[in-house]
Amino acid sequence: MTATEGKNEIIAIEPGELSVKAMEMKSKGLRLSQACAAWLRKEEKLELSYSFVDDETYDMFNVRISLDNDKRDTEIASISDIFPYAAFYENEMRELFGANIKVINLDLHNKLYRIEEETPFVPKKEGQN
Amino acid sequence: MGKRSVIPYGPQHPVLPEPIHLDLVLEDEKIVDVLPSIGFIHRGLEKLTEKRDFNQMVYVTERVCGICSFGHGYGYCDTVEHIMNIEVPDRAKFLRTIWFELSRLHSHLLWAGLMADAFGFENLFYQCWRVREKVLDVIELTTGGRVIFSVNKVGGVLKDITPEMQKAILEMLDYVEKETKVLEKTFMNDYTVQSRMKGVGVLTKEQAHALGCAGPFARASGIATDMRMRGYAAYGELDMEPIISNDGDCYGRCEVRIGEIYQSIDLIRQAIDKLPDGELAAVVKGNPNGEYFMRIEQPRGEADYYIKGNGTPNLDRMRVRTPTFANLAGLCEVLKGADYADVGILAVTIDPCISCTER
Repeated sequence: MTATEGKNEIIAIEPGELSVKAMEMKSKGLRLSQACAAWLRKEEKLELSYSFVDDETYDMFNVRISLDNDKRDTEIASISDIFPYAAFYENEMRELFGANIKVINLDLHNKLYRIEEETPFVPKKEGQN
Repeated sequence: MGKRSVIPYGPQHPVLPEPIHLDLVLEDEKIVDVLPSIGFIHRGLEKLTEKRDFNQMVYVTERVCGICSFGHGYGYCDTVEHIMNIEVPDRAKFLRTIWFELSRLHSHLLWAGLMADAFGFENLFYQCWRVREKVLDVIELTTGGRVIFSVNKVGGVLKDITPEMQKAILEMLDYVEKETKVLEKTFMNDYTVQSRMKGVGVLTKEQAHALGCAGPFARASGIATDMRMRGYAAYGELDMEPIISNDGDCYGRCEVRIGEIYQSIDLIRQAIDKLPDGELAAVVKGNPNGEYFMRIEQPRGEADYYIKGNGTPNLDRMRVRTPTFANLAGLCEVLKGADYADVGILAVTIDPCISCTER
């Protein structure tokens, strides 16, 4: 068979550009494959990654928002009105990593995983209760 | 308009293999809306990266799921190997492919049994699982485990498949192929079985794409995508094409999975035929420093792995997006408009794995 590994790129964007980027990906016929957050312990940074894929070419474009510790509360508009199933990923990122994602179309109010312990699991900022 | 009522379905229900809760809004016997919720078995496996080093995490990722355990271990190792630029020996790539397809074989037979059980055909359920036992016997022979294989490591594999074991695998494949032909006749031709599956839970190609569906669930709606076509492990050396159906209903999903049983048998035979000599693993030095997104085809569909290393033994992030997570939205869509009596079949039709999903 002819293997088609496809592209695998990371595209850095500003928080306010997410909706436009998601629209652009949708207009190209791409599918949202996953979205996840990561807390970088050394750099003290929160990263959000939205992965869009092409089912024919197997290309993968990972749209990345990086937030320094002092800006990690920056509001991010949900893309669940563009990709409805993004709601599950965005609820997860908000519950486990404290990403400040607004207006998720299926808002589970930080109870996607019904965790008894207090969430999110990222370290608290100075002066935060 | 009929009387509306809300019926809670699950998390504990005789037909549900794993705990998911659905609030079903019914008008008489028809479902008009669905609100899913999960979160009953979240184990925080990804967070364990803070306490376990990247080599130990192989065994943690294998425990994400009891059915597609090998695939999770493989997906994790392959992602770390990309970050560390490790060239895995060819023999290890072929051995991984053989075990991966054995895993798919037993997973699809398990699903076929669960599906038969869901539409009330208990004898067919027993027959599917009887055949599956032979696959598990071979997995035990080659790895020592029936559920968790534990043969993957970063850099390659821990065990070899000897010529005697290869002979046992080939004999098992002949047996499974012969028995699957018998099972296939019942699944595909039996009038009663067809009446429970044909035209039930139809998802069009456009809907499947719009809802981000993955794996056999998407392929049954005509989306010809299969991550094995990316050529990871030894798949680039083997002949295969994605198996699709254009029916988009439960019957189509069954057709795709049965087709994939034969496909796995063929792939294992090809891999054994082309199995090269050589080392089982490459030498691994240092710690992962960098990031990589990886996609593989698990039995239930596309699984995504993301790893970010910081140069220490403990990763910054290990993320697994499982196929069921991607198929939840599709499940809700096929339930809308369905009869209440078909909920069990439709829930099983996506081959749900909630423990995978919640990690």
